[in-house]
Amino acid sequence: MSPTQLLLTLLLLTAGGFYIGRRQAFAVSSTKGGPKVLHSRPTYYGSLTALWCAVPALIVFSFWLAFESSVITDIMIAALPEDIRTLPADRLNLIVNDIRNLVSGNIVGGKISPAIQAAADHYRSMKATSHAALSVLVVALAIVAILGIRKVISPALRARNHVENVIKVLLIACSTLAIFTTIGIVLSVLYEAIRFFQIIPISEFLLGLEWSPQMAIRADQVGSSGAFGAIPVFLGTMLISAIAMCVAVPIGLMSAIYLSEYANKKFRSVAKPLLEILAGIPTVVYGFFAALIVAPFIRNMGANVGMDVSSESALAAGLVMGIMIIPFVSSLSDDVINAVPQSLRDGAYGLGSTQSETITKVVIPAALPGIVGGVLLAVSRAIGETMIVVMAAGLSANLTLNPLKTVTTVTVQIVTLLVGDQEFDSPKTLAAFALGLLLFIITLILNVIALVVVRKYREQYE
Amino acid sequence: MSNSDAINGSGNGRVRTMDIVNKGLAKRYKRERRFRMMGLSAIILSLAFLSLLFISIIANGYTAFEQTMIQLDVHLDAQEIDKENLAAANYLGLIRTSLKKTFPDVKKRRDKRKMYNLVSPGASFMLQDFVMRNRHEIGNTITIWVPADDDVDMLMKGNIKRDVPESERRMNDMQLSWVDKLIASGQIKKVFNTTFFTAGDSREPELAGIWGAACGSFYTLIVTLLLSFPIGVAAAVYLEEFAPTNRWTDLIEVNINNLAAVPSIVFGLLGLAVFLNFFELPRSAPLVGGLVLTLMTLPTIIIASRAALKSVPPSIREAALGVGASKTQMVTHHVLPLALPGMLTGTIIGMAQALGETAPLLMIGMVAFIVDIPGGFTDPSTVLPVQIFLWADSPERAFLERTSAAIMILLAFLVTMNAVAVLLRKKFERRW
Repeated sequence: MSPTQLLLTLLLLTAGGFYIGRRQAFAVSSTKGGPKVLHSRPTYYGSLTALWCAVPALIVFSFWLAFESSVITDIMIAALPEDIRTLPADRLNLIVNDIRNLVSGNIVGGKISPAIQAAADHYRSMKATSHAALSVLVVALAIVAILGIRKVISPALRARNHVENVIKVLLIACSTLAIFTTIGIVLSVLYEAIRFFQIIPISEFLLGLEWSPQMAIRADQVGSSGAFGAIPVFLGTMLISAIAMCVAVPIGLMSAIYLSEYANKKFRSVAKPLLEILAGIPTVVYGFFAALIVAPFIRNMGANVGMDVSSESALAAGLVMGIMIIPFVSSLSDDVINAVPQSLRDGAYGLGSTQSETITKVVIPAALPGIVGGVLLAVSRAIGETMIVVMAAGLSANLTLNPLKTVTTVTVQIVTLLVGDQEFDSPKTLAAFALGLLLFIITLILNVIALVVVRKYREQYE
Repeated sequence: MSNSDAINGSGNGRVRTMDIVNKGLAKRYKRERRFRMMGLSAIILSLAFLSLLFISIIANGYTAFEQTMIQLDVHLDAQEIDKENLAAANYLGLIRTSLKKTFPDVKKRRDKRKMYNLVSPGASFMLQDFVMRNRHEIGNTITIWVPADDDVDMLMKGNIKRDVPESERRMNDMQLSWVDKLIASGQIKKVFNTTFFTAGDSREPELAGIWGAACGSFYTLIVTLLLSFPIGVAAAVYLEEFAPTNRWTDLIEVNINNLAAVPSIVFGLLGLAVFLNFFELPRSAPLVGGLVLTLMTLPTIIIASRAALKSVPPSIREAALGVGASKTQMVTHHVLPLALPGMLTGTIIGMAQALGETAPLLMIGMVAFIVDIPGGFTDPSTVLPVQIFLWADSPERAFLERTSAAIMILLAFLVTMNAVAVLLRKKFERRW
């Protein structure tokens, strides 16, 4: 059975288990005075059976599939002829890839030697055996579980408590997934980054002024030797984010002020959702907009006044990114402005200030920590934004603060280094993970500060 | 009473406070109006950006829903086509012969090649399809409409301007005269572009479609939905209803809030390192894309679900517990059904986010050039936003309009999803 069919079978078995357990509950109680003598309602006996049927089988199923391919590959490599098996690791990897491609029916480059064909057949047969064994195991487990639980069902069985305990464990497991995701991110990025820092010293990465990750792949190849100084890349990121903030913060803040302090209910109910649309547009659309409309427009404007503007200028990317972040800033500021107690405003009005004076002298200072938190979150958003800069910003890392020149960003470099062919022991590929690590750390720090500030602020007026 | 004197102005000889206030008043009111205008103009400016974006995309993209077709009279020569082996016949040759008949005065070799390029390279496959479906036509002369090449298409749509000098035009005067001849004889027309909705990706703009990407998006979203909705709801229920307040729960909360703000590309790095390199799942598969997007949308769904659970009043819980329900029964029978609309709204918004996400999917290889329509969760495929990204990179003018059209389709999906979420919220919103 294929894994999908097996899953469907398991689903059927589970449904059957539920039915059998429930019926058994009625059966054991019928001689003793009906379902009311049962400890739990009959459904719980059914659920208990179904859970025992599904959970162990699913665990076996997922572990088997997770490790199946690596185990089979190891066995296959061990069975390869001596001369292939003793090849250097990278050549061997190529051959293993060829074999895998053969197995999955992809096109394989070069000629297929009989040894490789045999290995592919071996792989295929082992895979078939493995699937058959898995099917037998899973179905057997499920049936044994159903029969076993059916035996122990009695009026005294505390089925509800058992089921509820299982549910609680599942709930806890689901809620810890967030922690595992964070750990997964940190570990995976850190692991590759450490490998990178073994080749390129960390000081060179953090302090170097030149970034050109093209490495000669073979020793005898002519080409750049590769320079991994991250400063120009980070400067580019900062430049574009700063431009974005210059657009987003004033516009977003003023819109939030207008919406929360001046606008009547009707205007608010129309304008607010419209602003939210800006937040819902996919970033790839903004990227297209930046590259197609904004960048040529800025270049032509520059040409008209006699300035030389790059067609992938930081200004275009930053401007569009700013537009994207407007609703983010405005909705966060809107929340904190609304949280400022009315009594503060009334006090200011009572002293005779106009509405704008109340806002600039009382409401905004009172809301400032929350607004700063929101802006920090927006900055972290801008730094991590990918598609707009991939499509509208450049690839070459220039150490410049001129918004009309081309700069590159951390995310652009990650994408260019990792899209396409990858080689997991070249510093070029690993550099992407080092950049990713830095990106993660920076955004993490910004987020934590912002969340703490916002939380503190909320408590202040609650 | 000096204070009230100042206000009432009954004191004589002194500068009255009221006068000072009145003097500055005009200026202050002016500033007030200016401030107000600034607020209004900020909103108008953002809305202007929004409309500029929509207008430019629609203006660029609406033409992609039409495709120029060219009518050819093809003689299905019985000697050329082997009835036993239909696939082996030289359909390209037949198309070329027919073109030669249409333009008999083209003699030079270079010109002939240009003439052959009037129709799309896909024309021969269309002819093959036609012959395979209509075997009885072999030997007859048939009339068939085939897609025009993208340059001809652009000319018909006015994107290649006729008034620019020949040297700067993608088509020379001779090619224009051929097209004019076709127009005069009614052998060229624009029809609704069905290929765009039914085909996979292609290097030829006139043969490229979004169906493959749409299927990929569908499979990816299914995986995301199946995983993130149950897990997100379960996590929210635990944190809101069961979890004791201790450091562990605090840690989970901080984690969720932080994950919601982690750049999406970092999730792509995680997917690449864990799902592809460690678990060796297939590259470019919707399964892996769905897993990555699940991790990405979970925080959104958890946060929305918790808000929905919070809005259920405690009296409901107390009533359930009071009549003897266990805590789990209270949650599953009473709290969850009441919170479900809010959770669904959050989930739909999370799904809309996932549908528009591009960056993490680039990391796990969904950026490959894939012609076939994916048929399952492990087939190599791409998704709509990535398809947009790929087309946006293509130099052909015809891909520009197709990119815009694909964006229109994507935005239509997103707007529908968000509208459903809003309606759901309106319909089931309950004030306790």
